[in-house]
Amino acid sequence: MAALTDPMLPRPFRIEKVTHETADTFTFELSQQQADGDGRFDFACGQFNMLYTFGTGEIPVSISGDPAKPQRLVHTIRAVGSVTRAMKKLKKGDTLGVRGPFGSAWPVQQAEGNDVIIIAGGIGLAPLRPAICSILQNREKYGHVALLYGARTPQDILFEKELREWRGRFDMQVMITVDHAVGTWKGNIGVVPDLIKRVKIDPDNTIAMVCGPEIMMRFCVIELHNRGMEHDTIFVSMERNMKCGIGLCGHCQYGPEFICKDGPVFPFSKIRTLFDIYEL
Amino acid sequence: MNKKSKPSAYTLPASQLQKIIDLLHEQGYTVIGPQRQDNAIIYDEITSTDALPAGWTDVQEGGTYQLQRRDDDAWFGYAVGPHSWKQFLFPAKKKLFTIERETFRAQAEPADKTRYAFLGVRSCELHAIAIQDKVFRDGPYADPAYSRLRNNAFFIAVNCTEPAATCFCSSMNTGPGAESGYDLLLTELIDSGQHEFLISSASAKGRALLGKMELPEATPAARERGQELLARAADKMHRRMDAEKARKLLLANPEHPHWQELGARCLSCANCTMVCPTCFCSTVEDVTSLTGDTAERWRRWDSCFTMGHSYIHGGHIRSSGAARYRQWLTHKLATWVDQFGVSGCVGCGRCITWCPVAIDVTEEITKFEPVTQETAA
Repeated sequence: MAALTDPMLPRPFRIEKVTHETADTFTFELSQQQADGDGRFDFACGQFNMLYTFGTGEIPVSISGDPAKPQRLVHTIRAVGSVTRAMKKLKKGDTLGVRGPFGSAWPVQQAEGNDVIIIAGGIGLAPLRPAICSILQNREKYGHVALLYGARTPQDILFEKELREWRGRFDMQVMITVDHAVGTWKGNIGVVPDLIKRVKIDPDNTIAMVCGPEIMMRFCVIELHNRGMEHDTIFVSMERNMKCGIGLCGHCQYGPEFICKDGPVFPFSKIRTLFDIYEL
Repeated sequence: MNKKSKPSAYTLPASQLQKIIDLLHEQGYTVIGPQRQDNAIIYDEITSTDALPAGWTDVQEGGTYQLQRRDDDAWFGYAVGPHSWKQFLFPAKKKLFTIERETFRAQAEPADKTRYAFLGVRSCELHAIAIQDKVFRDGPYADPAYSRLRNNAFFIAVNCTEPAATCFCSSMNTGPGAESGYDLLLTELIDSGQHEFLISSASAKGRALLGKMELPEATPAARERGQELLARAADKMHRRMDAEKARKLLLANPEHPHWQELGARCLSCANCTMVCPTCFCSTVEDVTSLTGDTAERWRRWDSCFTMGHSYIHGGHIRSSGAARYRQWLTHKLATWVDQFGVSGCVGCGRCITWCPVAIDVTEEITKFEPVTQETAA
């Protein structure tokens, strides 16, 4: 019985589909192997799982799937370390270990009745995708919805098909920029915070959700704040080393916060005093 | 509490302590107690009071620890050594699971059903265990192995009458006398050839065991002697920590220049975190069998002084020694309170003694005080 309650034991999930998003980024669709019940994997937008590859290790990865489709657990992963590189070699039919879901969520309910500005940098679009899906499914509950997305190059743009669909909608503003580009790119070149200048912001009725490299989030917060938004209406998702995901291993500490259980999503007001401290 | 019907303390002749150990063995406990090994007093399994470090004390200072003969044959006449009870409740190395490649079924290690009886637990150590309870047992996610071992354990505390020079529990309100969290409490009395203990209980388990001993009620004189020894022990402690002040100073000074100085002195050896009875960081290691058919996942103690502790893709968050020292000290004395409602420090002084460069937290904390004209002059 103890095995069932041990929070450190991974559950096996089968890879049902692999999508190669970019040269180094891929998406797994997973199904529960030891399904107790209907095999649903319910989660809140912005939460993460600890993903384990046999014999290599375990890492925290945000859930990138649509919360309305809980039969498939979806993760979008960039191959940057030993575990993610081992994951990149996995194919349909292979098995991954999953623990979770853990952590706090994007304020999709709290944002109802407000304008929403979603700002993503690089792989930071993946943890925001569940929130975008959820908001678009309940589109009538929100005011103006904007998605600002920055990638390094046009080749690094994630979820390209979906981005085209979103951009085609008349009820959503989508702006994309890249750091640098060659050839046929006709879009924006520059950093994401510059896009904020081009969005209509009603500071008293807007919720911002920001995920990307810390340096990008820093300048986004400054820009949003300059536009009149309070820090408690700006939400960011933080990243730190994690070994357990449940507040026991000590690795993800960020001042008094444990990113794994108090975060990863924080209202910026909660971590504002920590954010500018170097090497915290 | 009706003190007249139930004496609060009894007298236990030293020769009778063996009987307590025997009774605990009969009840299925593994008794762990202090003993002298490798020129230190450490905690290991004992079956007999003969193993206790009779007549030895530990002389401690920043960066030094030495055993010396005492004038008497006290069994508990030392303070604390490099070990703490943490190593039994939260083992330094523990297998989390074994997994087969074929089935991908993760098999947890069978539960460790050991029932420990800890003999000679100091008040600071009881406080440290209560702190780790908040981390491992009482949070939203519990460590089942810790919870089981800890809940099954029997605690025989010993009032600390011989604090080391590095101790500062009296200023942290964590000692030298034990107030709660034990089953039995001993105070060692050794006068003019007589060797005995005051013994009292604070739990049903403790009372049941005492009930089998048929001990005489302690005399008022003996009880008074016990109080006197504790008062004297508190007086002996010269190092101090003002916990509330320390917390405020650290929270106010994440970018104080003294961090650089500390970072330059600190060797990042992690000794302080290994000997600390409350430090709880762990990492995991994956081991694959030679055939590749099975893999194991192990949990090991980790330290915020290692580079790997803060590694995320792209680099180490706390790449400087100063940042790592700041993380340790600020967590221990300040943010721990936000996380768990108590300080992470119990004033045992181990981090001072076992620091190879003798960094003394009680002294370093004062360096963060604002420079007033008085102190600048």
